[in-house]
Amino acid sequence: MEVLIKEKIKQVLKGNQNAYSYIVEEYKEKVFYLCYRMIGNRHEAEDLAQEAFVKAYVNIKSFNLNMKFSTWIYRIATNLCIDRMRKKKPDYYLDAEIAGTDGLDMYSQIASDTESPEDEVESMEMQDTIQNEISKLPEKYRSVIILKYIEDLSLKEISDTLDLPVNTVKTRIHRGREALRLQLRHL
Amino acid sequence: MACPEEIIDYMHDYLDEEISSEKERLLKEHLASCEDCRNYLYELKKAVSFVKVPLDLKVSSDFTHRVMASLPQEDKKKKRIKGWMMGHPVLSAAALFIVLISGAILTSWNQGNDFSVNRQSNLVVQNHTVIVPEGKTVKGDILVRNGDIKIEGKVQGDVTVINGNRYLASAGSVTGEIKEIDQAFEWLWYKIKTGVQGVSNFLTTNNGK
Repeated sequence: MEVLIKEKIKQVLKGNQNAYSYIVEEYKEKVFYLCYRMIGNRHEAEDLAQEAFVKAYVNIKSFNLNMKFSTWIYRIATNLCIDRMRKKKPDYYLDAEIAGTDGLDMYSQIASDTESPEDEVESMEMQDTIQNEISKLPEKYRSVIILKYIEDLSLKEISDTLDLPVNTVKTRIHRGREALRLQLRHL
Repeated sequence: MACPEEIIDYMHDYLDEEISSEKERLLKEHLASCEDCRNYLYELKKAVSFVKVPLDLKVSSDFTHRVMASLPQEDKKKKRIKGWMMGHPVLSAAALFIVLISGAILTSWNQGNDFSVNRQSNLVVQNHTVIVPEGKTVKGDILVRNGDIKIEGKVQGDVTVINGNRYLASAGSVTGEIKEIDQAFEWLWYKIKTGVQGVSNFLTTNNGK
């Protein structure tokens, strides 16, 4: 698949803009998941994922063809997410937990007249809980944990993506995993 | 927990699948005898498996379409031309050369829509006609643009008429060449020829030295 992607990138470099849509199709889910886990909000995650693809296209000339395209697009997406997180610290989302209410979020403050089926609520709650716990991780642990467990990258690939030494990546994964253990042990 | 500190490091190495067989043996031995550490590793594994639960979210169906629509458009044209030029460097250079040269020469031709003649002594100008009067001699070349020339005297040199006519009286004489140029193409040819002549003259005089 990497070979096919490289071929498409060469076509884009020659000016064939349409070849880029193939690349977007191939990576959209992964980039979206990465952004969603980083930012915790569906709409923002989609905006960021789109921004990442546009940015990658604009800078396609600086892409090193010896590199994996995934490494490159993940790096762009991760950096965009970190920038966004830093900018929007004091911001409230409906699905953000309200401090001191133990699991109550803003959705429960809004009267809802459509009841979802029980099991869907349960799986949604589970997803939300996991997302909340990931969101509590400091950003430097969050990005490595996401790349490792959601994108399935090796330590070396994470090190390439984030431009960090492998040992730093390793330490951050260990600390991130410790933090998650403490947060999720009672589930 | 009265356990060796490095046991937790071993757990992480184990989870990273980067543990040496020696350390793995030590870890297993310890786990076999320590319930706390077994529990600790279980909690780590549980945390990881939670994080790995796949998202049941899908990107919008128009995701790719929206990305493609937000790509810079002017880039597209520029890149296509650039791509063609990079594919055909010789053709591009030749095309560029022709465009520049013919542009320059044609402007100099168009600029000459007005009547003009190069300054030589003994020339008489009436309306748009240049006259070499009877009994007089013009030393040097004459170039007339957009006008006629009547030669009743003598010219010691070439006579060139662009977009005009020449009348040579029976008494008149020209020692050099007489040329009439009417069309843009000939004008181009004339320019190129004089250019080449100029270069070869320059070269021969230089060689002579």
